[in-house]
Amino acid sequence: MIVIRRLCLPVLIVFTLGVSAFAPAFAGEAELRAIVAKFATVKNFPETEAAVKELAATGDPAAGRPLAALADGNLAFRRSDNAVFIVRETAQGATLLDPLTGAADGEAAKADYTKIRVNNSLRRTIRDAIGSLTLGSDDASVRAAAADTMFRSPNPDAIEALDAAIAREVVAGVKERMERARAAAVLTSTLPDAEKLEAIALIGKLGSRDALSLLTGFAARAPDGPVKEAALAAISGVESTLVLWSAAQNVWYGLSLGSVLLLAAIGLAITFGVMGVINMAHGEMVMLGAYTTFVVQNVIRTSFPGLFDWSLAIALPLAFLVAALVGLAIERGIIRFLYGRPLETLLATWGVSLILQQAVRTIFGPTNREVGNPSWMSGAFELGQMSITWNRLWILVFALGVFAMLLYVMNRTPWGLQMRAVTANRRMAASMGIRTPWIDAMTFALGSGIAGVAGVALSQIDNVSPNLGQGYIIDSFMVVVFGGVGNLWGTLVGALSLGVLNKFLEPYAGAVLGKILVLVLIILFIQKRPRGLFALKGRAVEA
Amino acid sequence: MRGTFSTITKLASAGAVAAGLAFSAPAMAQEETIKVGILHSLSGTMAISETTLKDTMLFLIDEQNKKGGVLGKKLEAVVVDPASDWPLFAEKARELLSVNKVAAVFGCWTSVSRKSVLPVFEELNGLLFYPVQYEGEESQRNVFYTGAAPNQQAIPAVDYLMNEEGVKRWVLAGTDYVYPQTTNKILQAYLESKGVAKEDIMINYTPFGHSDWQTIVTDIKNFGSAGKKTAVVSTINGDANVPFYKELANQGIKAEDIPVVAFSVGEEELAGLDTAPLVGHLTAWNYFQSVDTPENAEFIKNWKAFIKNDKRVTNDPMEAHVIGFNMWVKAVEKAGTTDPDAVIDAIVGVSVPNLSGGFSTMMPNHHITKPVLIGEIQADGQMETVWQTTGLVVGDEWSDYLPDSKDLIADWRKPMSCGNFNVATGKCGGKTTN
Repeated sequence: MIVIRRLCLPVLIVFTLGVSAFAPAFAGEAELRAIVAKFATVKNFPETEAAVKELAATGDPAAGRPLAALADGNLAFRRSDNAVFIVRETAQGATLLDPLTGAADGEAAKADYTKIRVNNSLRRTIRDAIGSLTLGSDDASVRAAAADTMFRSPNPDAIEALDAAIAREVVAGVKERMERARAAAVLTSTLPDAEKLEAIALIGKLGSRDALSLLTGFAARAPDGPVKEAALAAISGVESTLVLWSAAQNVWYGLSLGSVLLLAAIGLAITFGVMGVINMAHGEMVMLGAYTTFVVQNVIRTSFPGLFDWSLAIALPLAFLVAALVGLAIERGIIRFLYGRPLETLLATWGVSLILQQAVRTIFGPTNREVGNPSWMSGAFELGQMSITWNRLWILVFALGVFAMLLYVMNRTPWGLQMRAVTANRRMAASMGIRTPWIDAMTFALGSGIAGVAGVALSQIDNVSPNLGQGYIIDSFMVVVFGGVGNLWGTLVGALSLGVLNKFLEPYAGAVLGKILVLVLIILFIQKRPRGLFALKGRAVEA
Repeated sequence: MRGTFSTITKLASAGAVAAGLAFSAPAMAQEETIKVGILHSLSGTMAISETTLKDTMLFLIDEQNKKGGVLGKKLEAVVVDPASDWPLFAEKARELLSVNKVAAVFGCWTSVSRKSVLPVFEELNGLLFYPVQYEGEESQRNVFYTGAAPNQQAIPAVDYLMNEEGVKRWVLAGTDYVYPQTTNKILQAYLESKGVAKEDIMINYTPFGHSDWQTIVTDIKNFGSAGKKTAVVSTINGDANVPFYKELANQGIKAEDIPVVAFSVGEEELAGLDTAPLVGHLTAWNYFQSVDTPENAEFIKNWKAFIKNDKRVTNDPMEAHVIGFNMWVKAVEKAGTTDPDAVIDAIVGVSVPNLSGGFSTMMPNHHITKPVLIGEIQADGQMETVWQTTGLVVGDEWSDYLPDSKDLIADWRKPMSCGNFNVATGKCGGKTTN
């Protein structure tokens, strides 16, 4: 490597002088190409790292493209002639792109090229390199991202570049980020204390986790004196803001867990709560919904890749139908012969759940199936110092939506009226001309269908495996019993409060003990109020 | 290592007994065969991992028969289904040994299932080949441990993070049962011996199948914001991994910032996951499907042809079965008989090629030598080896880092023939030092 570099240098100088008339700042394309070509012959990670550093040292923004491709694992060389390309993989092979311009430069089969390997420390080096290269980009969002990268991995050598960038900057928001990055760099530098105090004040005001991380690291290094004291004071300031935010974050996590419990339990609130059927196969309805999502996504992936973001919307009605039909079959085939015999119902539905699990295992195999997140359900956004993930937010919204729909069906439609009538007094309802067996079947199908819909949502956060349902069945019964059997509102309040309670216990007691404590509290609660939070009044209770 | 305790599964067993019987032994008519027992769950929670191992064994037996079998006799597989139910494992093991008279048994996955069959193998003098990485602290005369002991997986992984990534703060996250608890105890002792302060180690346990990782991932993020490089060492059980990694990806924790090194995540587990956001997180095993050797290429080709599915992956416990099976075949040929006592004497020192280009040897402590590989997860669900031990590592059954076991060794050669010999007192059978 060293030999090559020595050879390169004179060539380089001559070259830069030659092109300096029209490209004063940067070395030029030929030099970049020469460095990029080295990636074809690197033997190990340190050699790759040397090439990356060399590329970064040119300071040319054009080096950003090959570096970004390298970090993503898309930089490769052709085996026949060692030419380096960016590859964009397709189903058959890959399109080769020029590493500097990004222009298409032919096709290749997978066997024709070798990707250049990277590891974590290389990815870090590349990320930092891209950060300093793109600080002068024309795009404000790229500049902002560069400043953020430099804030997270501060480097005293970057102060000069940052000063220049701050002087040039016109967008206020970007300028602010650059100043933060500069302050972070100052903390790692040997600049006088006055500058460091200023930097501490600036970073302390941010009040974020990143700021805390920077300040703690600095305080551990700094010698005793006013600077260290200022850093410690700033740390305690940041910590006190974070305490409030972490309480808010806990409430959010609790609501989010509650919404998952609500989704899992809401179908059971109908079959168990309203009809009184102990349905052990409830979890398997959730599982069927999740597998329906998998099948839908599979079809979309192979036939209509453009529709992928719609896959969940397409899966919803199908999952409802599949689970509702299976539920209908179970009710007509098994449960209707067992009304009024809870123990036999429990055993029979337990058997059904085993049959369904093994059936799915036989059809789809025992391993997990991949269900992708559509783009609008991936990632997170920041709310103050709290990060909220999109998938959890949508699941909460969805759970509340399903709940509202169900409430409407139960309270505002003739079918709901008949359902409630049958629950309240079966014989009276029958003598009013309601076909009670038909209502039973439809109610059970509705409960099962809702479970199937829940499966679509849960496929986004959990495994899609034959065991999916088992994990939710106990929790679902817990929620329904706690909330009050036969009351939809009870299920809502029960699910959300159990979620929040769980999440407040978890940081102190740990996940395992937290769960045990919740169960103990529920046992105590049921002792005191055997009918749950919202007890149903009326004849049905005594019957 | 893995396992799930649920009363639900126990109830299920009653039904599964009947189903299990149906699988056993469609005996070949007249020809005399050597029977090989396969004790892996084909239903219940563990079916996800163990079904593949059953297929692997059928594949190996098929290949061996094509080569003419063992001692001039064909091998015959006897498959039973213990249905992820621990007591049923013991019953099925007894059935294999006393009813089917199998020469050796290949099976078990969870530590608790292994513990449940141990007395049966001891009593009936059978042979068990156990293919999964486990917590160590055990060595039995009738059992051969072809998976990794903690020093063949956990400790090299921690060394890698410490030396190559400069990690100073450690999160030890695991599922709440014996394998993670013991492994984390060993790791904690090891880290403290390397000068890591107590407050720089965070230990966290979660229940089986834990699916709400929000709080824990936030805790990890917060723990990592103390200005020191932080890494997560994960002994999280198979099923809980998918939601864990999804949450990591969603909360934007990148491998460059806080890498996660996992001991229970293999190619099979990643098959159910979109791995693009996980690129760069690490796993530690003794074998990866991506290992570039002629032996491995040959194995993958034949395996895919046997299973008739081009998409099936291979993983570390499969390789352990390959090694264990070949060792047994070689030992039987060396001893000239399938008699367990003769095989136990013959197998120590037997050396067979592994799939990563070297030779694995059965040691006197009934553990084997293996290379340790650290791999980074790639976007296609495969691992790319980024580091590996220069030589082979000998499995250490009794950890040197736990006060209870640091004086113990196992040596099943005569005249010692002891699984827990205390070098401090010079006695066999002492777990404590006095």
